Amino acid sequence: MTAKKMNSLQAVNSALAQAMAEDNKVLVLGEDVADREGGGVTGATAGLSTRFGDDRVKSTPISEQAIIGAAIGAALSGYKPVAEIMLMNFTTVAMDMIFNHAAKLRFMSGGQSTVPITIRTLTGAGWQTAGQHADHLEGWFAHTAGIKVVAPSTPADYKGLLLSCIQDPDPCIFIESAGSLFIPGEVDEVATPIPLGKARIVQEGTDITIVSWSSQVLRCQAALPALAEAGISVELVDLRTVSPWDREAVLASVAKTGRALVVHEAVRDFGPGGEIASTIAEELFGQLKAPVRRLGAPKSPVPFAKVLEDAYIVSPERVAEAVKALMA
Amino acid sequence: MAELSNAPAPSQEALVDIYRRMIRIERNDDAIRKTIRLGRLVMPYYSARGQEVIPATISSLLTDDDKICTIYRGIHDMVAKDMPLRPLWAEIAGRVDGTCKGKGGPMHLTHPETGVMVTTGIVGSSMPIANGLAWAAKLDGSKRVTIAYFGDGASNIGAFHEALNLASVWKLPVIFVCQNNGFAEHTRYENGTSVDFIAKRAIGYGMPGHTVDGNDPLAMYAAAHEAITRAREGEGPTLLECKTFRFLGHVLGDDDKYMTKEEKAAAIAKDPLPAFKAWLVAQGHATEDQLADMQAKIEAEVEDAQEFGLASPLPSVDELRRDVFAQEMPA
Repeated sequence: MTAKKMNSLQAVNSALAQAMAEDNKVLVLGEDVADREGGGVTGATAGLSTRFGDDRVKSTPISEQAIIGAAIGAALSGYKPVAEIMLMNFTTVAMDMIFNHAAKLRFMSGGQSTVPITIRTLTGAGWQTAGQHADHLEGWFAHTAGIKVVAPSTPADYKGLLLSCIQDPDPCIFIESAGSLFIPGEVDEVATPIPLGKARIVQEGTDITIVSWSSQVLRCQAALPALAEAGISVELVDLRTVSPWDREAVLASVAKTGRALVVHEAVRDFGPGGEIASTIAEELFGQLKAPVRRLGAPKSPVPFAKVLEDAYIVSPERVAEAVKALMA
Repeated sequence: MAELSNAPAPSQEALVDIYRRMIRIERNDDAIRKTIRLGRLVMPYYSARGQEVIPATISSLLTDDDKICTIYRGIHDMVAKDMPLRPLWAEIAGRVDGTCKGKGGPMHLTHPETGVMVTTGIVGSSMPIANGLAWAAKLDGSKRVTIAYFGDGASNIGAFHEALNLASVWKLPVIFVCQNNGFAEHTRYENGTSVDFIAKRAIGYGMPGHTVDGNDPLAMYAAAHEAITRAREGEGPTLLECKTFRFLGHVLGDDDKYMTKEEKAAAIAKDPLPAFKAWLVAQGHATEDQLADMQAKIEAEVEDAQEFGLASPLPSVDELRRDVFAQEMPA
């Protein structure tokens, strides 16, 4: 299999092209996605309309409800639409379609309706886009019955997991994140889908487990050399799928290490880290050597000023400090 | 009854078929209300008594292949589309033999075999999804059409505006059918809507819009025929505003304080059902006996469905883990 060096944005483009070539039921829709409009504001869909036609790759008006509604209707008719909601904060104006309809139609129809849509959406702090363009809202969707939430960190995972989302019979939110989008890596030109709900062990270790996902994995990874130097053996688990999350892998890891730190870019309070931390505490209470800790953004909107934005994001230094504190 | 010069007149068979659908809606509605009052059905009920002509006429021009998306006040739309009554009753009773295994209920029936694709409890949300169904028809190269039913109140929610604009830009085979009964929940039309006719809003979205007497089967037939033909021929969407009146308020049991007794009495005095029946007989399209026989058969169908639905077993609590995702969740 031929591998190629590409960043995660290119991996998304590559996954879409592969999925559309393999299955003519796969559609792409969203604002500016066709080549006439430049193939997406980031270029994620560049070349697709030229290659697969304007019928299958449709630019839309700036109408997020209409985008998701069209995706749902096409999905009910046997298509596999990949809808782009340019930025995750814009999902808020389509929440009725996502939450009340896409997520629930299977259950509410007694299993007759299936909504195999994928919603690709970009977010993340780091680009000074401030409070309405950068929130990590995976917790909102993970709380919703009927939706899968996928948040990769490497180019290979972006591609493999997006392929799985597109093939999956349930609606999936696929989160593309600023902090990982332009980091290059090796990606198979014709990739194999990576199963949803399966974590990846980034580094094996014996003293403490760090659980993270999306761009935050890279910031945790950046803390590893300093921790190794300090003589701490860290097991870093990239969850890859936030919902359903890989309980088995996380619990096995923490059962081994006895310590856990959950780190995400999303706001810490009421964040998805709370669910994971409490599950660890419930399942492994007697085996823990320290309380389960969480790190996340403060309960603040994402700020503009660089100094504030830097402080908002959980840095590698803060990850290292928290690990050391748990080991103390 | 209105006479329209440019539209094809419905055949005798079509006229009688429209009446059949109307009486099926009304007999079913009557049975539901009686059963609720007897305490044998426990459900919120948004009766569409008085609005029968609209879906009956539209459905007479559709096939099983054509799709509808409707709303919480939508059982008349489903019955008009010939949804079988047994699973309908089992569903409103919350039983396993319901269209949705008792998991959707009266506001959310789904029956793809007859084209009832989505029934939403969210005002306005039938429209964006109808667009997707219509988009799929276009991609399939099919001539099937999709009807999005909604009320006058829904024309003030964002989904209406987003959906009409997209449908027009994409030239989708969809017909937006507004059943304007004069009240958005409890708010009188003019206190919540900026234009005197909702059909005027079609101009803003570059599509034809017509205001029709939704209680007149001939006027409805002409308008629906034109809109459906237009959609089938690939000429794009139409907005139909069908003026009607709901006889039984917003939800069964509300006290109608927001309307006057006089206007309600006047609307009921113009009940389209007996009026259309009398017209069919007077015009020689059907005999009294023929229509009485039809009604008796429908009443038997409704009674059978009611018995079936109420006798169907209750769902197992295991259903909470099923159909959330394609794969059943572990216990």
